[in-house]
Amino acid sequence: MRRVVADYPLILVALLLSGYGVAMVYSAGQTDIPTAATHAWIAQIRWVILSMVLAYGVSRASVRFFEWAALPVYIVTCLLLLGLLKFGGGAGDAASSKSWLVIAGHRLGQPAELAKVAVILMLARELGARREAPRSLLELWKPAVVVGIPWLLIMLQPDLGSGMVFIGIFFAMLFWSGVPLPLLVLIASPAVSLVLAFNTSLWGAWFLALLALVLWYRPYMWEGVTLMLANVFMGVLAPILWERLAPYQRHRLQVFLDPSIDPRNSGWHVIQSQVAIGSGGWIGKGFLGGTQKRLAFLPEQHTDFIFAVVGEELGLLGVTVALSLFLFLVLRAVRTASNANDSFGSLVAFGLAASWLVHVIVNVGMTLNLMPITGIPLPFFSYGGSFMLACWLAIGLMMRISSEGRGGRVGELAI
Amino acid sequence: MSFHPNEIARRARVASWTLVGIFALLLSAFFKTQVVNYTKYSQQSETNRLREVPLPAPRGIIYDRNNQVIAENVPGYAVSILSASADSLRAALTRLSAIIQISPEQIDLSVRRFSRARNRPVAILADASFDIVSVLEERRIDFPGLIIQSAPKRYYPDGAAVSTFVGYVGEVTEAELTNPRYLGYKTGQSVGKNGLEKQYETRLRGREGVRYVEVDALGRVVREAGAREEVAALPAAPMYTNIDMPLQRFMANIFGDSLQGGAIAIDPKTGGVLAMYSAPSYNPNSFVGGIPPELYKALLSDPRKPLFNKVTSARYPPGSTWKLATATIALQRGLVKLDDRMPVACTGGYQFGNRYFKCWEPKGHGSLTLAEAIEKSCDVYFYQLGLKVGLSELVAGGLRLGAREKSAIDLPEETRPSFPYSPATSYYNQKYGKNGWSQAVILNLSIGQGENAQTIVNMARFYTAFATDGSAARPEVVRDKPERTQILQLSADQLSGLRSALAGVISNGTAGSARIQGVVLAGKTGTAQNSTDPIHNHAWFVGYAPAGDPKIVVAVMLEFGGHGTRAARIASKIIQSYLHVEPTTLINTDG
Repeated sequence: MRRVVADYPLILVALLLSGYGVAMVYSAGQTDIPTAATHAWIAQIRWVILSMVLAYGVSRASVRFFEWAALPVYIVTCLLLLGLLKFGGGAGDAASSKSWLVIAGHRLGQPAELAKVAVILMLARELGARREAPRSLLELWKPAVVVGIPWLLIMLQPDLGSGMVFIGIFFAMLFWSGVPLPLLVLIASPAVSLVLAFNTSLWGAWFLALLALVLWYRPYMWEGVTLMLANVFMGVLAPILWERLAPYQRHRLQVFLDPSIDPRNSGWHVIQSQVAIGSGGWIGKGFLGGTQKRLAFLPEQHTDFIFAVVGEELGLLGVTVALSLFLFLVLRAVRTASNANDSFGSLVAFGLAASWLVHVIVNVGMTLNLMPITGIPLPFFSYGGSFMLACWLAIGLMMRISSEGRGGRVGELAI
Repeated sequence: MSFHPNEIARRARVASWTLVGIFALLLSAFFKTQVVNYTKYSQQSETNRLREVPLPAPRGIIYDRNNQVIAENVPGYAVSILSASADSLRAALTRLSAIIQISPEQIDLSVRRFSRARNRPVAILADASFDIVSVLEERRIDFPGLIIQSAPKRYYPDGAAVSTFVGYVGEVTEAELTNPRYLGYKTGQSVGKNGLEKQYETRLRGREGVRYVEVDALGRVVREAGAREEVAALPAAPMYTNIDMPLQRFMANIFGDSLQGGAIAIDPKTGGVLAMYSAPSYNPNSFVGGIPPELYKALLSDPRKPLFNKVTSARYPPGSTWKLATATIALQRGLVKLDDRMPVACTGGYQFGNRYFKCWEPKGHGSLTLAEAIEKSCDVYFYQLGLKVGLSELVAGGLRLGAREKSAIDLPEETRPSFPYSPATSYYNQKYGKNGWSQAVILNLSIGQGENAQTIVNMARFYTAFATDGSAARPEVVRDKPERTQILQLSADQLSGLRSALAGVISNGTAGSARIQGVVLAGKTGTAQNSTDPIHNHAWFVGYAPAGDPKIVVAVMLEFGGHGTRAARIASKIIQSYLHVEPTTLINTDG
């Protein structure tokens, strides 16, 4: 029998993160006036244990099995997402969105978490089967469709945050499969145009830079023309799309740009989160001692804004420890990806790393108003069963991939 | 995918360094927030959770000259409320209005105050009764931001008897808060509104302390104490006045409910105000903690003007009490001697040009010396004396006596007496036009009528000069450095002559009824015509006792009181009370 825990440092860092996370969920529940979060830590421990057991199960399955299962899992996920649009339920702020799988009034979980794994598997299968990385736009249609279908279904819920994770995964895996960076920039350019369209001169500068890139990289003529046209189109489309955003999404974006326009409502979250983190200083107010958290100034303190509790109670020191653990986790995943002995496993490992990274950047960035508020959880920290499960299943998968991989040290950063 | 080991290694390197870069950026963002901007966010977090509950400082106790209490502090309760937002404040107040009386206007006012100082509780009741406090305590759970605390409350044991000089305190108004004089004051604090309370506000105020309570995001008070060390209130030092409370009470009693006017008693040697009273008065205690609007309206609309300090702020024609000024001016210029007679003897009037000026005594006084004229208050004598002095000197001399200056008493809102300015001709030209007046104004001016209106306090100050060596003492309520101004430029003989004439007023002159057994009272009556009521004259008396060694100067003014002898009788009673001389049966020699 194969040794499943081949990568002790990875499992150790996952355990440390989970322990750290449970401690913070516990602290987040300790408020002056008790809330539903008070006992969340007990449930969270149960989820961690269950997740670890299931992760062990996953690590017992061969990578080949996942390669085989990728397509059925992907299809089932897409159907589930489709069904969700009709039968899904909302929660919290986004009560009108349909991200939760609700059966007989019980919220079972968010299929978007499952979809992330399904997309990673399917994309790895698709990209891993090629001999060469896609070199032109036309060659990219298949990976684009693989990500595009679930992405579209999720954006229709709407769940902007998960949508961002999908795009992060897509680009990361294209990069890992060998798509040249200039091509990635060209693919991303219409999206950038979409954002910059609100400032004409910025958009003009971007368009000229893009033109220079096209002339230097020399893609097929039709490709270059299509891309430039797409950029123009996006620039025109942006205001129209803006009109079509749900009011709460539009408001969130406006508040992201300037939280002070609505300090007591939409801007409240991010302002209070920054105050909590900022008032933590070097070493924080002490574990359980965060006043912003304790006196309910900090909203969603055990889920989306748990990192603000870390910042407030443990200061820059606690933040540094947590971010170092995350960095180590992701670097370790990249190591696993580079040591994998087949392209599928390698791409899966890299995709999982990308998924974690996007979660960390979006969630942690949100607490400092570097990212818009999207309700993206922080891996291993945020309270919530399905996401904890997803994180540990990824660890299990990573274990398997690294145990099947080469023992040799090829190209990884020495850590 | 391209799976060549070298390719993979290259991409892994790019990915790894990108990751390190991303995390370094994130960490630097945290460094900026937590270290660079620490102070800002730390303060914001404290502002979030802490609410300052002011601990009012006990105001300085005001004592009289014998350490009797005039104003003190008694325990009271203040009710205030903390809120997270203007809307929740409005909701809480609306619910509270079912328990205690709060008008919609008060709610609006409270919301306005809240938006000015969100971190301080909004005062609801500055002075709550024990009953209300117990009802509120019972229902405290329904009002999570409610703060009930004991607060020292101003109390004036003698009530209406002392309000004339002590004034009262009240909550600082919105208008006052915009006034630079009240810089640093916060809504809900009490401030002296009148009298000594206003004049010595900075001395009496003390330093407000602050207690910190911890609130949560919804404005609920989570911790009453210990959130941050409190700053204790610093009581103000006591203040000692020159007031003699037994005399003050006596003065207030003697005016009673029916008399209207004012009186002041001054120690001529120091200028110390022994007592002062403006009738009718008001109870300063009813202002503490907010006066009921209907009571305030009644006080404001009362035609007898109880809120108006008639001693320092009202002006009355001084009438015959001014004859002493005319005499002084003439003596100073050497135009007359105390035993000089005027060319025309008094036959009950004086013909000047085509006008006939009456003496108050229709039977006439006959031929009088200056001393006798003062005693009898003979108008005809002073008409001629005034004409002898001449208009410009009559005005200039009056100005030197302080006829157009405030007494500089240490009370707010003193009114400047009105008197012509020098040169007199330009004053009259401006007032009546070049040909609108004649030398007849001299006659009026010389007997204290015409363009002359003095405050009671200023007349008392004027007479302190006669009671001493000719220098007027600045009246002061609070014990401070006595200040004197030499206003009488008279020889010792002249001064003693005037003084014995003043004493003669009491022994055989117009104020004969005011004689006190064993003590010689010196002073001058006045019966001033006024435009408001041509039938009832204002009655004046200004004088001092004992005549030989004056210990008290008294000025009494009775609005529409009739003849000055009535004022003299009251003054004599006041002096009796102060000098503890058994009162004797007063002989009424009105004439």
